[in-house]
Formats: sequence, C-alpha cells, structure tokens
Amino acid sequence: MSPVQIIFYVLAAITLSTAFLTIYSKNPIHSAIYLVICFFSIAGHYLLFNAQFLAIVHIIVYSGAIMVLFLFTIMLMNLNKEDEVHKPRITRLGAIVVFIVLSIVLVTIFIHSKTIMGDYDSSGEDFQSIRKLGNVLLNEYMVPFEFASILLLVAMIGVVLLSKKEKTEKK
Amino acid sequence: MNNILNQIGIENYIFLSVLLFCIGVFGVLYRRNAIIVFMSIEIMLNAVNLLFVAFSTYHQDAEGQVFVFFSMAVAAAEVAVGLAILVSVYRNLGSIDIDNLKNLKG
Repeated sequence: MSPVQIIFYVLAAITLSTAFLTIYSKNPIHSAIYLVICFFSIAGHYLLFNAQFLAIVHIIVYSGAIMVLFLFTIMLMNLNKEDEVHKPRITRLGAIVVFIVLSIVLVTIFIHSKTIMGDYDSSGEDFQSIRKLGNVLLNEYMVPFEFASILLLVAMIGVVLLSKKEKTEKK
Repeated sequence: MNNILNQIGIENYIFLSVLLFCIGVFGVLYRRNAIIVFMSIEIMLNAVNLLFVAFSTYHQDAEGQVFVFFSMAVAAAEVAVGLAILVSVYRNLGSIDIDNLKNLKG
C-alpha cells in the first residue's frame, strides 16, 4: 500500500466514525465537536485532491463560521445536557433499517460501475489553482456569483428579522 | 504531477460519499433534537460536495469546484436562517424537540 492510500483510508475512517459519533452522542456540544473533526478530515480529503483553495475555504466556512453558529445557538438555548427523550422504539428501528437498506442499495448500484476512462487523465495541465478558479468564477459564472451575494444579503436580513425579540404589548 | 485518482480510484470516493450520505439520512430519522437534525443535513451536503470535487479531479475540470463554492454559500445561508427559526421556536415552545412541533396538525 502506498502512503497516499494509507492517508486516504485513515482520513476516511476518521470522517465516517466522527460523522456517526455526531449522531450518536447525547450531548449536543459533543456532537458539535465531533462535527468539527469530521469537517477537518473532509478538508484533508480536499488537500489530497490538491484543491488547496477549496480546503481553506471549507475550513473557514464550515469549521469556522457554521460551527461557531451551532455552538452559539446550543449555548444560547442552554441545551448542554443529556436529557433528550428517545424516539419510540419502532421509529428508531425503522431508522436503522432505512440506513442499512439505503447503504446496501447505493453501494450495490455503484459496485459494478465501470469507469469510462481506463486511465485517469493526468496531463499536468493546471486546472485548479486559485488563478484558474478565479478566471472561471468571474468570467463564466459571473451572474450566479452575484446572485450568491444577494442570497447572503437576504439571508442576513431575514435572520435579523427572525431572531429579533418581538415587542410584547405592555402599554 | 501524478494524479491522485491513479492511486486511490474514484470508486473508493464514491463509496465514502455514499456512506457519509447514508449516515446523514440516518441522523435525520433517528434523532429528535432539531440541532442534531441540522448537523445531519450538513453531513449530507458535505458528502455531495466531496463527490463533486472527486469528479472535478476525474475530469480535470474546474467547474465542479466552482459549483462547490455556490453550494457552500447556500449552505451557510440555510444554516443561518434555520438556526434563527430554531431560536424563535425555542422562545415560543421552550424546547426544540421536533416531535413537539405539531401545531399545524389538523
């Protein structure tokens, strides 16, 4: 086994196990911490693909912004306790059955798939440096890029409106 | 530079993404805490993003990665709005158990 393969299998094991622990652990704070580890390992996968810019953006957006938002909300609601009631047993059993069946079905779909290209193209041509990505993003995808900024602005206004305390009629 | 997919193979990435997606589905069905349900949705989004990047490398094409950027922007907006809704639900009901959210039930 080459070193790259070993790195891949270790990273994949970390990703899957922390994703499972996110769901399994009772304390929401622990879930958030496990999710951070999961996101870091996915960033490691991106680095393995040599997509450095994407890895950095992933760490900043997911591990930075989104997880801080999650932790802030958990602490705001004071959910740092383990008193969650379980779903009824039949529902949990159904969830496990759905998980197993879905995994088996999807894996058996893909297990016989053949790749179109026999050998992977590695012409050495640069296709994912920051310069190239910036060119593609600002030439061909200019309009969606601007729409993304509008989406973020609208989401920001909506969040402020939603989470503002409503004035109770005291007068 | 040697292509990473020559050593690992796209199939392994497909299996990894599929399993990650299934874990996300399992989390949505299994837990009652709405925040954990949100985290499971994030896991599913990340599984799909990982597959996008794998196929972007497979085809030596930057557009898959550009699509991942847009998907990240949408995910950030979705999480912000979702958590704001959860905060206001918590203010009104005093819990975020999704089984309590049945005021609209006829």
